[in-house]
Amino acid sequence: MTAAPELGPARRQLVVDGLGIVATALGFGFVYGLSARTAGFSPVEASAMSVLVFAGAAQFAAVGYVAGGFSWLGIVLLTAFLNARHLLYSAALAPYFATRPKPERAVMAHLLTDEAFALSITHFRRLGRTDRWGYWFAAIATTFIPWNLATLAGVLAGGAVPDPTRFGLDVVFPAAMAGLAVALATGRRELVAAIVGAVVGVGVSLAWDPAAGIMAGGLGGPLVAMALPGPPMREHYPADPLPLGVHPDAPERLIDETDARTSSS
Amino acid sequence: MTDLVPLALLMALATYPSRAIPLLVTRFGRLPAPALAYLRLVGPAVLAALAAVNTVVSVTTTPEGQRIPSFHVGVEWLAVVACIAIVAWRKNLLLGILFAVALVAGVRLAGFA
Repeated sequence: MTAAPELGPARRQLVVDGLGIVATALGFGFVYGLSARTAGFSPVEASAMSVLVFAGAAQFAAVGYVAGGFSWLGIVLLTAFLNARHLLYSAALAPYFATRPKPERAVMAHLLTDEAFALSITHFRRLGRTDRWGYWFAAIATTFIPWNLATLAGVLAGGAVPDPTRFGLDVVFPAAMAGLAVALATGRRELVAAIVGAVVGVGVSLAWDPAAGIMAGGLGGPLVAMALPGPPMREHYPADPLPLGVHPDAPERLIDETDARTSSS
Repeated sequence: MTDLVPLALLMALATYPSRAIPLLVTRFGRLPAPALAYLRLVGPAVLAALAAVNTVVSVTTTPEGQRIPSFHVGVEWLAVVACIAIVAWRKNLLLGILFAVALVAGVRLAGFA
């Protein structure tokens, strides 16, 4: 039996992985702030978007649409469409947090982004169990704080700042997502899910829209992978967390009715 | 000025259900085995889709607000593939990202892209 990694080394790996995400959040948060300023947003308005919406693609789209004088209804509908992919992230993370109190899950949901999902799901899978600290770190330290600080800096700063794409920062996000997908592709089915997800994602994006493409890839990849011949997969979602100091080879605890009763009592 | 704060609030309200519903519906934590196995595969599929779409698809918005996707060919392809190779080989995401950024920045500074 292969021993699961210790919590400390796994968290250190998460922190190192998160550095690239911090760089991209800082770079593009800053550009968002600059764009918002150019479109006539006040610092309060730009920051309200980053705190309340906290979704980069939708925020950039909103800046363009506000500047173009589009209706609020159209902007809100587009936002819902662009962010629909979060359903997949939330569903994939739900079993890991099933025993946590609802108010905590409600706050977790607001902080759920592409980056938080990618870092935390990779961390949980590497660790072999849930680690709430890992989720909060991924969501807050690597994304929420840098994104909001950079938004404020961008909207307060002048326009004489070089374009971050000149320094290659635009490749950080796809490179990070690809690298984290590699870390998750630990078996034949995961690899097939990733390849089919990418192909379907690009195809649907070109035929319709990238937001729909990402959803289609995320839904279609697993379907094809599940259809592969071979023994069925068994998924365990060990409940969160083992106390520090507990040996990782200790028997995993499964989320079941016992856990549910324990958590609700 | 705070005129756009209500818009931010409406956008947040439009986003929150997709983030929250599965997390808040307790049943999602106790799905049957095939559903849990499916959700396990969502991670690699959606991350690969995000990476691929952000690498090879670019979107332009017309003055009327229409989003038009198109196929993009550039050094970003090479950079992302290099990052994948480094992560698979060295198990080091940061190294992969740094190499990808250096490659793209170098090619752009040299005027090739």
